[in-house]
Amino acid sequence: MKNIFKQAFHSPRFVIGFSIFACILLTMLIYPLLMPGNPLEMIGLGTFFRPGTYVSVYDALDADSRTIKLSDADDNRLAKAMSDADRISMMEWLAVAGVPAEDIDLRDTHGLISLWKKYYDPSVRPEGMTKAKRNYYERLNNRLVAVTRADTITMLSPDAETGEMEERGRVAKTDYVNVSDVTNVRRLPLGTDNFGRDMLKELVSACGTSLFIGLVAGGIATFIGLLLGLLAGYIGGLLDDFIMFFTNIFTVIPSFVILILISFSIDQSQRGALTTAVVIGLTSWVWTTRSVRAQVLSLRNRDHVNLSKLSGHSLSRIVLTDILPYIASYVVMAFILQISSGILAEAQLSLLGLGPKTTTTPTLGLMMNWAMLYSAHINGAWWAYYPVILTIALITFSLNLMNTGLDQVFNPQLRS
Amino acid sequence: MHEGSNRPTDNRPTENCPTEKRVCLSGTGVTKVFGAGSRKTVAVDHVDFSFNEGEMISIVGESGSGKTTLVKMLLGLTSVTDGDLYFMGKKRDIRTRRRKKAYWKGIQAIFQDPFSAYNIFKKIDSVLLDCVHMRGGRHLPHEEKIRMISEACGFVNLKYEELTNKYPFELSGGQMQRLMIARIFLLRPKILLADEPTSMIDACSRATILDMLMKLRAEEGMTIVFITHDLGLAYYVSDRLMIMEKGVIVEQGAADEVILNPQHPYTKQLLSDVPKLTEPW
Amino acid sequence: MGKTLLEVKGLTTKYITRFHENVYAVDNVSFAVEEGKSLGIAGESGCGKSTLALSLMGYYFPPLHYMSGDILIDGRNISGMAPDDVRLHILGAEIAYIPQAAMNALNPTQKIIRFIEDVILAHDPKMGKKDIYDLARKRFEILNLPADVLQKHAVELSGGMKQRTVIAISTILSPKVLIADEPSSALDVSSQRVVIKMLRDLMEMGYIKCMIFITHELPLLYNVTDDIAVMYAGQFVEKGTAKEMVFDPLHPYSKGLMESIIVPESGTRDIKLSAIPGTPPNLKNPPSGCRFAERCRYVTPMCAASSVRFLDVAGERNYRCILPEEKLREVYGRA
Repeated sequence: MKNIFKQAFHSPRFVIGFSIFACILLTMLIYPLLMPGNPLEMIGLGTFFRPGTYVSVYDALDADSRTIKLSDADDNRLAKAMSDADRISMMEWLAVAGVPAEDIDLRDTHGLISLWKKYYDPSVRPEGMTKAKRNYYERLNNRLVAVTRADTITMLSPDAETGEMEERGRVAKTDYVNVSDVTNVRRLPLGTDNFGRDMLKELVSACGTSLFIGLVAGGIATFIGLLLGLLAGYIGGLLDDFIMFFTNIFTVIPSFVILILISFSIDQSQRGALTTAVVIGLTSWVWTTRSVRAQVLSLRNRDHVNLSKLSGHSLSRIVLTDILPYIASYVVMAFILQISSGILAEAQLSLLGLGPKTTTTPTLGLMMNWAMLYSAHINGAWWAYYPVILTIALITFSLNLMNTGLDQVFNPQLRS
Repeated sequence: MHEGSNRPTDNRPTENCPTEKRVCLSGTGVTKVFGAGSRKTVAVDHVDFSFNEGEMISIVGESGSGKTTLVKMLLGLTSVTDGDLYFMGKKRDIRTRRRKKAYWKGIQAIFQDPFSAYNIFKKIDSVLLDCVHMRGGRHLPHEEKIRMISEACGFVNLKYEELTNKYPFELSGGQMQRLMIARIFLLRPKILLADEPTSMIDACSRATILDMLMKLRAEEGMTIVFITHDLGLAYYVSDRLMIMEKGVIVEQGAADEVILNPQHPYTKQLLSDVPKLTEPW
Repeated sequence: MGKTLLEVKGLTTKYITRFHENVYAVDNVSFAVEEGKSLGIAGESGCGKSTLALSLMGYYFPPLHYMSGDILIDGRNISGMAPDDVRLHILGAEIAYIPQAAMNALNPTQKIIRFIEDVILAHDPKMGKKDIYDLARKRFEILNLPADVLQKHAVELSGGMKQRTVIAISTILSPKVLIADEPSSALDVSSQRVVIKMLRDLMEMGYIKCMIFITHELPLLYNVTDDIAVMYAGQFVEKGTAKEMVFDPLHPYSKGLMESIIVPESGTRDIKLSAIPGTPPNLKNPPSGCRFAERCRYVTPMCAASSVRFLDVAGERNYRCILPEEKLREVYGRA
């Protein structure tokens, strides 16, 4: 056994798969220690905050400000204030005003602004331009003027007793605060989801739940498959016919359909992660049964089994010592695959809204489901689903890698 | 099971050869059919035979002759479709596990491929210990068990000290097959069915295996049924030959008679197809 | 004396194992086969006889590697040729090889005639299908194979028939040398006889000019080949005519092998079979002196120390032992 472990770590595939899986597992264990708290806490009021560092504006005002003069600060502000669409509209105005097209450079923010200041006149009413469009130009102009004006912003706060506005301070364009001086800063590396929950925290927690579901589902499927396969293969006869009849029925009906029906028949409030895992496990033992049975069938006529019989060993002892060790490697590999397909099945179910109930724990499938329900893909909120997809892919990829790596170890024909 | 306290060696016959020829295993109309309906195959077709105590009988046949199926039936590893088997004068009854176990104390086998006959996950010691236990030696002190195993290894010219704690795959094919014989030595069955015991072994170690089988018969008075496809080998080792073709025993008789004066066309054909040294082929 | 068709001089090939160890499975083997003659190679499993068969083709693929020596076919050295040249011009046309499991090499989805077309077109792309069919049919008829086999699939044929078909396909280009590695070991004796008869026919009709026949079954070898060489631990230990080798072996190992022969003939029951104790040496690390010394019944103190050359006795007879011929006969108690 020790030897097999050693050999497994000589297989590059197994090592790669194992390292990916170990990284995921370690993250799952360590991250909650570093960032404690409920992963389902809704911290953001609003949907899909972009990934990044969030700084409290209130605290920033109180932080010590320093004056830094940067020559391109104004240009940056302007560039930020003008979207690509704004620039194209500006070009249209300038064209109407008679500026030759070759003089306009959309990328040159500075040049565009100076042309704009020179030619824009709110009183001019170009032919065929709607009122709405003219209003838009006015708003754009006001915004640009606001950005480029040179004055400071004065902060006022109402007096608690009189209600009179008092000046609290002034913020100049050249005032800067150090982020580390700001009291409240929240990093959201993956932004927030539609409910305003920290995506990364949620993802780590979902990863754990999904792995748990995979493990339980895989365990149940492998156990049932192994048991039925051993019984059908070794004892044979009528029992074999019965088990195979049963198995064939399950093979013919797509297990996913059964899975959907069972999940649907259980009320959502009753569906926890464990229930889902058990349901997945109960519907995915078919292939394990078939292949275990096939292997046992060829093993039971081997001479070492005959010898064991001739030595007077009992049926259970023969199964445990002469059959099971020979198929153990296969069962381990099937178990690994079952884990990964369990995780995938959960994701599929949850995406259809038939996964575990949504209020207690996140799962990878549920996160996909939420992202889809709140149209994350239309809103451009890639952070709400890409990391989830990547995680599912990484987990199943690493498990499959380990599986093929073990195959190389257990199957000498593939070693060469 | 009080005989366990006795040393199995006490059951040895005192004489090297049995004085009278008693039938120890016989069968009438033994048949094995696989499948049913249009896919029916008759592997063994109404075979009659009887093996005497202390005899060395060879069953010779080509592949597909049903000789291995016959062995499996005799061992009780496959069910008999039709016909009766008699063991030590009584009709064989192996319907329960206890009776089967008792039957297997009297009849044992050596298989063709030593490499597949061992459980590769078990150490060699456990195979031999099982035999001591089967002979009722479960409650013997450990030293006594080891002594018995060492004696058995000595019988096949192996040293127990060199084998203990080893796995089967650490041995050569010849050594594994000798260990199989050591197992038989420990069990001392009435009848030994040897299914092609030398076909996977190099010619130059074949003689060792054959010698040991001969020794088992001479010293233990064992009845040995030798199954082979090799007429030369069968002729060399056995007193009596049975030639099987397509599930039927076509000819049987004393070895010299069958080989030197064959009657059945199939036997003649088989003999003429074997390459020889003195006659042109 | 016919002309020498196949000549092997000091051929050495090795396997490189997974753990990068060198195993010299064929170690400095030399021999020659004349036109119309056949040489049998006998030995225990693992002695290197099958590796020799592979090495003789001049086509090496990992883990087998060529080390040194020459293989001359009709005077043409093929050992130094590029693998692709060997495959195109030597295999099939000059040398044909039939392994033990050759009958399993037939793709079950194709008709037999397709394999023959493949073989012929690879060497003569211009030949028409009709001509190929006529050639194949004629050859099959001469070899007593029913011509309708050509239109059948491999699964429709019995084991013996498949093996004969493969032999017919491999020799369709009339190669000079046929290497048969245990061609009949997987078959029943009756099929074996037909296969052997076919090999003999091929030789007699001149479709093959000489044959190397490898088997562990000595009575078979005695009946098939003119000469027999006994191989042990990657080397030839003795070579002579079949009769000499079976009835008057000189090397202690050949003697042991010959004493293990059992045939169903009168008198054989009274012979005492002998066994050679021990196991062959590990070829990763062969002993420096005589490789058989460890198992030899007639070992002398010099054996393990001195390396032994492959001695010529007379004519075609060679053996590898430090004891002279007379001395060996004396210890064996032969006149």
